[in-house]
Amino acid sequence: MPAERIPPGSDAPAAAAARRIGVQIDGVTKRFGAFTALHEAWLKIEQGTFMTLLGPSGCGKTTLLNLLAGFLEADGGEIFVDGQLMTETPPYAREIGVVFQNYALFPHMNVARNVGYGLAARGVPKREIAQRVDEMLALVKLADFGHRKPKELSGGQQQRVALARALVIRPKLLLLDEPFSALDKNLRGSMQVEIKEIQRRLGVTTIFVTHDQSEALSMSDRIAVMSAGRIRQVGTPDEIYRRPTDRFVAAFVGDVNVLPARLERRQGDQASVLVGGVRAQVPAETIEGLAPGAAVDLFVRPDALAIGEAGGGVPGTIAAHVYQGSHVDMVVDCPAAAGGRLLVRVPGTEAPGLWPVGRVVGIGPTAGGVAFPPEAA
Amino acid sequence: MRRPLSHRLLGLAGRLAVALVVAFILLPAVVVTLSAFNDKAIMSFPPTGYSLRWFARAFSYKDFATGFRNGLIITAFASTLALLVGTGFAFALDRYSFRGKRTLEAILVSPLVIPHFTIGLGFLILAAQIQAARTFALVIATHVVLVLPFVMRSVYVSLRNLDARLEQAAASLGARPGRALVTVTLPLLLPGLVSGWLFAAILSFNEFTASLFVTAQATQTLPVAMYNYVREYADPTLAALSVVYIVVTATLLTIANRFLGLGKVLNVEHAR
Ligand SMILES: Nc1ncnc2c1ncn2[C@@H]1O[C@H](COP(=O)(O)OP(=O)(O)OP(=O)(O)O)[C@@H](O)[C@H]1O
Ligand SMILES: [Mg+2]
Repeated sequence: MPAERIPPGSDAPAAAAARRIGVQIDGVTKRFGAFTALHEAWLKIEQGTFMTLLGPSGCGKTTLLNLLAGFLEADGGEIFVDGQLMTETPPYAREIGVVFQNYALFPHMNVARNVGYGLAARGVPKREIAQRVDEMLALVKLADFGHRKPKELSGGQQQRVALARALVIRPKLLLLDEPFSALDKNLRGSMQVEIKEIQRRLGVTTIFVTHDQSEALSMSDRIAVMSAGRIRQVGTPDEIYRRPTDRFVAAFVGDVNVLPARLERRQGDQASVLVGGVRAQVPAETIEGLAPGAAVDLFVRPDALAIGEAGGGVPGTIAAHVYQGSHVDMVVDCPAAAGGRLLVRVPGTEAPGLWPVGRVVGIGPTAGGVAFPPEAA
Repeated sequence: MRRPLSHRLLGLAGRLAVALVVAFILLPAVVVTLSAFNDKAIMSFPPTGYSLRWFARAFSYKDFATGFRNGLIITAFASTLALLVGTGFAFALDRYSFRGKRTLEAILVSPLVIPHFTIGLGFLILAAQIQAARTFALVIATHVVLVLPFVMRSVYVSLRNLDARLEQAAASLGARPGRALVTVTLPLLLPGLVSGWLFAAILSFNEFTASLFVTAQATQTLPVAMYNYVREYADPTLAALSVVYIVVTATLLTIANRFLGLGKVLNVEHAR
């Protein structure tokens, strides 16, 4: 179980206690009529952490952000920010900066007044507003844009204004709802780096929402994977990618192959499974209660499979090569695999020469994967 | 590459059709304008000689002057009241869902369906009951009801176009509801409010049918005064007055459009 799902009353590990908790979500539930958009979400985020909410469209990410910002009222549970209970606090008193998906810049104000809005609302003196706005615009590299109207800016520039506007109030928490979805691919890449850099420099606790798993893996300190209104797993990008605790997480984050296998043996917290006669190591926790010999589904990443001569491993036929520069993605027709296909990622560029399209081969795992009990079909 | 002949002919025919329709729409205004400059004391077309004497008469005729003044007073009160009431209802309809919402909406736009003379007659009967038949209040109340649907429509459309997230952004930045209303909501709603008021004002100032029922000699508006005039005289004074009407209204609308961008308010669309 990930440490974030701490049931009430249990002790946090000593190391975690040293860093203060920035956000604590305790069993928060949200319903829209008969539909439950969020089922008892539990989440703890240390101060300064870049936490990503990752999940498919409609899984409740925006709902959770709206609850945090105070735009929606929860039907159950409690939210704490920097140790303060938020339930009775209206949005304007929460000190939470929000960057909206469409930026929501005030169209009738210029950039400087947009950025200064939160300071003016707090009654900060004019001189100080001007100074802090200038600092913030310099930070987001828009020093000379103060007099422009939002519609005179490009998408990336608008986004930086939105970020500056949310950060200038020195929020306790920064919320970013799919901030890159309106940007083209190149700009997206550079904005990802820039936002991450600014976040680290200011050390502000951040919750970032996306349904793009590669974005989540590359930017986050920690990721909470959500589906259908539930938080499925919380962990570092590596934990989420290498040790998913749930079929949904394994399938949603990164490319994955699913092969039928048999549980061979269990040793402590590890277990071994056999797939086409080849042995693979998996964590034992996801297949608790299964006896040796039981059928399991092995989830294995494309780079943890190898292609060999027919006769070893799971039989398949090379269907296509996809050249990717530093590696080649081999598509293999494999009747045994879920979906009838496997994706094998081979480093270097020799693979297509060795294994031409149409060749019958054997596929076996080289590194470990994760096993789950087969789906009750 | 040249387009085929048939396409060019079709294009020509299309342009001709549009020109004809436009000419047809403008025809009455053109005829009236030309008659206004006639030097004879009859309304004929085309005029045989030209003079400005009917303009002079239009401006000096006493009933027109009081009608104009009454019209301004009634219009100012009626459209302002309608703006306040209409804005309130538009907010309620846009922001809240409640039982009977559809019914309320239907009632508020019903003056579009009920004939003006019915409304005028109804108010007249009611006013007679409470001895208010000759008052400005009666005319103003009637006009408020008549223009309310237009004001509401205009404000409602602006509200729909207003992104709710702008208000959320203001709140998240620390603005209390009152501050967000004054600094974000109202400024963005302003074109809708002003154009709503303007349309209400034009409608109220020009309204005739209901006004005929609810006005008395002391409270008659310009269109009613014009109607009374045309029953007695047949000279081109009314044509001259019409020209003044058209010029003033067009000027007002042009100014408003320059400063407010009315196009934005006339239909629901999202800028981005
Ligand atoms: N105001 C509302 N009334 C009814 N249902 C709602 C409302 N807001 C959200 N929902 C439902 O709640 C679920 C979660 O919505 P939410 O906006 O949180 O999804 P999301 O994870 O942000 O998705 P996306 O990635 O598409 O933005 C959806 O099924 C949505 O239809
Ligand atoms: Mg969303």
